[in-house]
Amino acid sequence: MPDDTANTAGPPAIELRHIDKRFGEVHANRDVSLSVRRGSITGIIGENGAGKSTLMSILYGFYEADSGEILVGGEARHIRTPSDAIAAGIGMVHQHFMLVENFTVLENIMLGVEGGAILKHGAAAARREVERLEREYGLGVDPDARVAELPVGAQQRVEILKALYRGAKIMVLDEPTGVLTPQETDQLFRVLASLRARGETIILITHKLREIMAVTDEVYVMRAGSMVAQRRTVETSEQELAELMVGRKIRLSLDKAPAAAGPPVLTVSHLTVHDERGVQRLDDVSFTLAAGEILGIAGVSGNGQSELLEVLAGIRAPEKGSFTLDGREITAAQPCGPSEMRDLGVAHVPEDRHRLGLVSNFTASESALLGYQHDPAFAGGWLLDRGKIQRYCAALMEKFDVRPRAPNLRSANFSGGNQQKLIIARELTRGPKVLLVGQPTRGVDIGAIEFIHRQLLRHREAGAAILVVSVELEEVMALADRILVMCGGRITGELAAREADERRLGLMMANAAPLPANAVPPDETQGEAWGEPWRGEP
Amino acid sequence: MSGARPDLPRWADIGLIPLVNVLLAFIVAGLVVVVIGESPLEAVQVMLSGALGSGEGLGYTLYYATNFIFTGLAVAIAFHAGLFNIGGEGQAYIGGLGVGLLLLGLDHSLSWPILLPLAVVAALLFGAAWAFIPAWLQAYRGSHIVITTIMFNFLASSLMVYLLVNVLNEHGATSPESRNIAATAQLPFISDILGGFGIKMAHTPLNLSILIAVLACVFVWIYVWHTPWGYELRTVGQSERAAVYAGVKPRRVILVTLCISGALAGLVGVNEIMGVQHRLLLNFNAGYGFTGIAVALMGRNHPLGVVLAAILFGILTQGGAELSFEMPNIDRNMVTVIQGLVILFSGALAHLSRPWLEALFALLSRRRPSLKEA
Repeated sequence: MPDDTANTAGPPAIELRHIDKRFGEVHANRDVSLSVRRGSITGIIGENGAGKSTLMSILYGFYEADSGEILVGGEARHIRTPSDAIAAGIGMVHQHFMLVENFTVLENIMLGVEGGAILKHGAAAARREVERLEREYGLGVDPDARVAELPVGAQQRVEILKALYRGAKIMVLDEPTGVLTPQETDQLFRVLASLRARGETIILITHKLREIMAVTDEVYVMRAGSMVAQRRTVETSEQELAELMVGRKIRLSLDKAPAAAGPPVLTVSHLTVHDERGVQRLDDVSFTLAAGEILGIAGVSGNGQSELLEVLAGIRAPEKGSFTLDGREITAAQPCGPSEMRDLGVAHVPEDRHRLGLVSNFTASESALLGYQHDPAFAGGWLLDRGKIQRYCAALMEKFDVRPRAPNLRSANFSGGNQQKLIIARELTRGPKVLLVGQPTRGVDIGAIEFIHRQLLRHREAGAAILVVSVELEEVMALADRILVMCGGRITGELAAREADERRLGLMMANAAPLPANAVPPDETQGEAWGEPWRGEP
Repeated sequence: MSGARPDLPRWADIGLIPLVNVLLAFIVAGLVVVVIGESPLEAVQVMLSGALGSGEGLGYTLYYATNFIFTGLAVAIAFHAGLFNIGGEGQAYIGGLGVGLLLLGLDHSLSWPILLPLAVVAALLFGAAWAFIPAWLQAYRGSHIVITTIMFNFLASSLMVYLLVNVLNEHGATSPESRNIAATAQLPFISDILGGFGIKMAHTPLNLSILIAVLACVFVWIYVWHTPWGYELRTVGQSERAAVYAGVKPRRVILVTLCISGALAGLVGVNEIMGVQHRLLLNFNAGYGFTGIAVALMGRNHPLGVVLAAILFGILTQGGAELSFEMPNIDRNMVTVIQGLVILFSGALAHLSRPWLEALFALLSRRRPSLKEA
């Protein structure tokens, strides 16, 4: 039972002292100290690669620190494996759920702690315990539901229940809202508040300032491996936190002139597509995109946005319906591959930059060639002019501030933001008529986000027709002139950007509530360059 | 994605790791030699002097290396497209058939300088054709290339037996061989060419084909790293989805790459039929196709590495023959064991020493001021 009197007194629930961790040349954590008050919600915020995930991996026993101490409830603990962490009362909810989809909630919760060779006895005990936790915390999860059939938000609560069942008094949540609608996010925050009220300690890892402000009591800011600031949430502001994260003044909002939309460039009518497994992904999608405007597509990921981009980029052929680009009509009978689409003036910044946008094992200059390998500028006659490609890549890097400026470095060795800048440089340099952009700033640090947004706006001013797909509502609202909402493969709403707010968009995003079963989180492999060990090697 | 540790320097990746692997293989092989009661140092000495110590040994070593280069390149280029061509054996066999048919038809009307380019084309075409069907099945029907190319090795074998027993054997002869091709159609031996310049060298099977092997290396290097098609080939090998994104048609790349691969393996036929055997016969491909897999693995699929690995395997083959002759306790099977260990350590266990070396380099780099920080 929670000890209410201990909420504010006594030793901190978790104390990290002078944690230091290196991976070869990378100094992931530099002398990091942190103290988490019992019964509080403490946020850790920082850009990608700031070392948040490494720090939590050390706390959860995925890595051992090179030096430093971990104290749990005032006692020094050696945490070498996740089971040590669980024994110390630490639970972790990963960004990507660790659930067996075909199992029921109860089976998932028991997994690993079955309680003996005969499943039946263990199951009965587990059921009693889960029911007790349910009464106490009110998570609203049916123990007999199959996980695959639960909406994403409920799956996340199963993860929380799993940690509670293992006796967690300290709960670490890593970027928990990435896959949630705004409504689900609010529900999660209510759950977190009720956990706190019962004496649980919560550590929330995020890069979203709004969430820190909404739910935490205290916040730590990390930058480049160091802990740079600690603030009480009530005494800080989004602006201050953002500056601490980046280490310089930044502007959070884009100020942009109203769109001077020209004639329609792309007309999509009645597009319908099924995926390889026969699941319908696009259902009668129609819209137009005009020169000089940014059209944003909002939606929980997995609701057809990816397929829409693929169809428009020529990667996937339409089944029914068509789209017209500059007078050329593309249908099932007259498909058009990616290279012809490029010739028509379509550039595509793909959602999955690791698997589509660049080739991890290629050098940056080779990745800068992707899609344009037959461009006569580089392939004079039969041979590629490697010197020319390198100079071209160096020029792209200069213009788009890709760091380090090393055309011969392996693409994988750039940080997410710099990889994305390289891809955007490659695609924008050609002055495309239509620009398709998927998740322009996923896994990208704040400084680079600002830069990328400005580049997109500049190309809007230059008259490009831009389609932006993003799961970040803030981003869609900041960039777009017009917003379409997708749910279950259909367009479920359209708003002018100035009329949009998170509530209205959220309701449209959840149109066919409960969420469709196919609304799975994307296969997102971009993490920090050296963090997040549980994702394994790709 | 980089793991916990930074990448090894390139020279260590390409040079040091294969070297360490070969050393490990020799250490284990040395232990085996000790167990059968011979001196490993003496064995190494016999092997090296047998393979490199005389003009004759060197000639044989390079002759074997010629074949290994062809089959090694065949495996290497396919590997860059993410394909594992195990059919070098059959493709070499059929490439030889192409050369043989050409020479049997034209050897009396044309001489070797004119026949050589034709024989090269025949070897390329026949080798490519033998790879085409597995390639098509892989690209368009998803039949796994490893299975189909193995099966095509057996098919090639049976086809050659049929042809040499029933069709191509000399009239009235009992052995499954064709007639000999005319002397004017045979490729000159290197020893004869050198002899023309007054340089004396023992007669060995080494012939002009080694120059074709060098050209093949240059071709692979240019094609894979310096042409748009090579770029597409490597993109398909790294990430098929990225290739589709880039407007590449992976099926076509698979088809073309495997045909090139088969063509390279087919060149073994020029060396063997036109250069050495001077007739069509059974099993002239004697395992070169399979050893080519090890050569490519060891050479890290780079033409230069393939050349070095091919020479190493040439040394093992020639030095091994010498070894079994000089040291009666060590028979041919023992030599096969040594080759097997080299293949094991440089192929299946290629990354055995990597973590240790990475730790070593991480330790060394920690002492130096770090560049990647900030």
